Amino acid sequence: MEQVLQQVLAGLATGAIYATMALAVVMVYQAIDHLNFAQGELATFSTFLAWQMIDWGWSYWAAFAATVAISFVIGVAIDRVLFRPVRNAPILSQLVAFIALFSILNSSDGEIWNFTIKSFPTPFGTKPLFGSGLISTHQAGMVAVTLVMLSLLYLFFRGSRLGLAMRAAAANPEAARLVGIRVGWMIALGWGLSTAIGAVAGMLIAPIVFLDPNMMLGVLLYGFAGAVLGGLSSPGGAVLGGFAVGVIENLAGTFIPFVGQELKLTVALIVIVAVLMVRPAGIFGRVAVSRV
Amino acid sequence: MTVPEREVIALEAAAARSEVAVAKPLSSWLDQRRLLIGAAVIAGLVAPLVVANFTIFQLTMVMIYGLAILGLNLLTGFNGQFSLGHSAFYGIGAYTAAILMSGSADLAYYWTLPCAGAVCFLVGIALGLPALRLQGLYLALATFALAVALPQLLKSHALEGLTGGVQGIVIDKPDPPPGLSIDADQWLYYFTLAVLLVMFAAAAGLVRSRTGRAIMAIRDHPIAAAAMGINIARYKTLTFGVSALYTGIAGALGAIVVQFVAPDSFSFLLSVNFLVGLIVGGIGSIPGSLFGGVFVLFVPNIAEKVSTGLSGAVYGVILLLLIFLMPLGAAGFVRRSMAWLGSSLKRGPTN
Amino acid sequence: MKAIARRSILAAAPAALALASLPARAAKQYEPGVTDTEIKIGNTGPYSGPYASASAIPLSMAAYYKMINDQGGVNGRKIAFISYDDAYSPPKTVEMTRKLVEQDNVLFVNGAVGTPTNTAVWHYMNEKKVPQLFLFTGASKWNDPKGHPWTIGFLVSYRGEGQIYGGYILKHKSDGKVGILYQNDDFGKDYLNGVVDGLGNKAASMIEVKATYETTDPTVDSQIVTMKSAGCDVLVMIALPKFAAQAIRKAAAINWNPLQILIGGTASVGETMKPAGFENGQGVISDNSFKDPTDPSWQDDADYKWWVSFMDKYHPKGDKSDIYNAWGPSNAAAVVQVLKQCGDELTRENVMKQAANLQHLALPMLLPGITINTSPTDFATIKQVQMERFEGDRFHRFGPILTNGVG
Repeated sequence: MEQVLQQVLAGLATGAIYATMALAVVMVYQAIDHLNFAQGELATFSTFLAWQMIDWGWSYWAAFAATVAISFVIGVAIDRVLFRPVRNAPILSQLVAFIALFSILNSSDGEIWNFTIKSFPTPFGTKPLFGSGLISTHQAGMVAVTLVMLSLLYLFFRGSRLGLAMRAAAANPEAARLVGIRVGWMIALGWGLSTAIGAVAGMLIAPIVFLDPNMMLGVLLYGFAGAVLGGLSSPGGAVLGGFAVGVIENLAGTFIPFVGQELKLTVALIVIVAVLMVRPAGIFGRVAVSRV
Repeated sequence: MTVPEREVIALEAAAARSEVAVAKPLSSWLDQRRLLIGAAVIAGLVAPLVVANFTIFQLTMVMIYGLAILGLNLLTGFNGQFSLGHSAFYGIGAYTAAILMSGSADLAYYWTLPCAGAVCFLVGIALGLPALRLQGLYLALATFALAVALPQLLKSHALEGLTGGVQGIVIDKPDPPPGLSIDADQWLYYFTLAVLLVMFAAAAGLVRSRTGRAIMAIRDHPIAAAAMGINIARYKTLTFGVSALYTGIAGALGAIVVQFVAPDSFSFLLSVNFLVGLIVGGIGSIPGSLFGGVFVLFVPNIAEKVSTGLSGAVYGVILLLLIFLMPLGAAGFVRRSMAWLGSSLKRGPTN
Repeated sequence: MKAIARRSILAAAPAALALASLPARAAKQYEPGVTDTEIKIGNTGPYSGPYASASAIPLSMAAYYKMINDQGGVNGRKIAFISYDDAYSPPKTVEMTRKLVEQDNVLFVNGAVGTPTNTAVWHYMNEKKVPQLFLFTGASKWNDPKGHPWTIGFLVSYRGEGQIYGGYILKHKSDGKVGILYQNDDFGKDYLNGVVDGLGNKAASMIEVKATYETTDPTVDSQIVTMKSAGCDVLVMIALPKFAAQAIRKAAAINWNPLQILIGGTASVGETMKPAGFENGQGVISDNSFKDPTDPSWQDDADYKWWVSFMDKYHPKGDKSDIYNAWGPSNAAAVVQVLKQCGDELTRENVMKQAANLQHLALPMLLPGITINTSPTDFATIKQVQMERFEGDRFHRFGPILTNGVG
């Protein structure tokens, strides 16, 4: 029993990473109705920017704030320059644009900052939390920040005019235009927001996994799985999904004898797919009913 | 995919199949198309006699990737089911061929193709059934699970005896049949070409048949199709199976030509490559799949020539340029150019 | 018998006289890729993709060859080093290697990176009789002069190193419970098999946990937790720097203090121990054939100082904390020696002959006391290591130089 508890806790700790990424994934999905494959790479790039600033001597919080701001601008710019021209192309063509962005960022990261792993500082310290070695103060801090971001986003979307406008633009662009909402800029805003969240995610994740150009590859995949499990239309669900993926993976790896560690990811994904069979829109997702 | 996006694809694909009834330009377009295909086949037959062995190898790989992409095309382009898992079918086909050719079975290489096809067909059907309940990104995740599972399964302890584990399996190169004065590379090229022509023709036939129309109807207007009495479940599952069969046979050919299979060759990244090739070649276009194969093989090489350190970035830039200039893929571009050419030629004498 | 012998001697006489009158040096013999002024050498490596960190190897090799060319080349011939990206994908390796051999007409392929990638072209190269010289992998299978006479490896055998670790565990913790973290590929498996070998018939009883990880995994924390729960008191890390650093740090975080053993290629102060935290890595055991460029022990060493100036001049973009940048020039130096020994007889056969004829060769950045010795029956290029222990802020070598017999 104690081992179960330990694995669950370890799973929650890793799951916090996935949850943060899942939140960023769902954010952009809500804004533009597509999955951003380059999300992870954008987060990595942002984290490298922060690292570079810290390397030049800036304080952690100055670098943090600057990175979030710059990432927001980068997100908006990418939307306006790259994705606006292909907005009317078939969805699969837009997918290729994401893949292209991924490739460009990943390659550039390696060229500019090379592949040696780098340590990234954390404002939360790395001591064990409550004396338990399974969760460190940083990991607890990460969970806290993720929940705070989630709450802020919730308030923003439900309680502010701008948030409402963004939701309208994503849900029904034509109608939104008719009431005077500038849909193009709402989408750009969504991009900026999700890139900024990705930057925060990256800066929270890097202290644990170390910074290198391929840092986010695995994390994005797990985050994507968590987001889908929780439901792509529900940010809260995505966060819970991220935690769930971490726990499922750990438990599967430890307790299913045939699998052991070798097929951990496979089993986790199979579990998720099984859940989707029962609830095709994710656990907390709303099934979209479209008129015939 | 949501309904509006499907509609866009449907319209374009419809234009390609000239279901819009236009009499005279229609027939001229079809003839031009046949000419082009004929010319390509002749070029394909002559090529190995004039180019170096290494280039023959590359062209053979182009055909193999083109065939794999055609498999994906049947599922995603013609039937609207999004798949990120085709690297798994390619890998299963490759390993089927490798296992049968090495070890105790010691099967001749040409028999491994139908075996690989059959195995992948069954796996495809098995996957098509649960896929019925999933749409869009959720289906993407399920197929992605498959793509991730395969290398792990291949490396796993349990299957090591069969798959060779992380070491992979080495295959001997097939000899050309006695009596023909060509070397092994040329023989493999012609063998692959023959398989390619048969499979492409079969796909074209399928698409033009009633079954093909049902498959496309499911992509375009699933509810209307169901209302018309088309058994959605049966056709969707069947398409999954056929699509897997195509990519599986490509995988088997790939194993024979490269002479080596290893688990990490068939990772999720290969699925992404196929998807990119499909889109660049043109969704819903059968010849476009071959262009996709050209892209997948040659563009990374071109990117590397431009800059070794930033080859990924150059690749991404080329990809973006292609999407901006040809949002409907190469096939769409060719189609539009031919139509423009045809109409301006027609207009010429009357002006 | 006698008559025939006499006749054949008489018949041979004019030829013998003719031979005797030739200059002592053999006539120039060139095979593809060689001219009076140039030797073409091929290479493949992962410049893109998940293993792109290993691109430092061919890049540093290219820098070394550039230095040699600046110094006049080898016997008056400059080296043209043609290197292609294979993204660590075997089908791509086949394509690029065929290009090097059939289109670029290189004399041989040198320092290709990776085990599956080199396996894919193993038979092809041996069939075509083109040397695969000094492959950048330590897989045990390359030392096979009988079966694959055209292939010779470079790095010390992974399996051999694993055996050394196993032997060390038997000696110092013979009643221990062993947890092994290994990368789920050929590289990891080879080391694992070595450790199992090294533990002999106590392997089954001593090994408690064998846990794998994939290079796309974000962390290995759960594997470490599992090992602690299972009561392991020995941790063997067959892992890349990122994962080894995570493992060391996590072990410390959960108050677990096993005997920690790390593979040589990852035992780098700058790449692994620093991110892991020096205080967490005290007592980590490893082995090495090379000097770790981030280890302060070498500050005043002449060889190291040469290497730093070489990097500054010829490879300024290279990361001086990356051990790959020490491996590359070492490999290239071995090639230069082989070419020197070939003289003007630059045939593929002679290249292999000379590669199998290296005696007490010292290479840049090898540990003091380690030299290269090859023979026609022994294709193990680097086969010596010395054990080391991490104390303070550096690794301290201890014990004799060990030679692992396994190729």
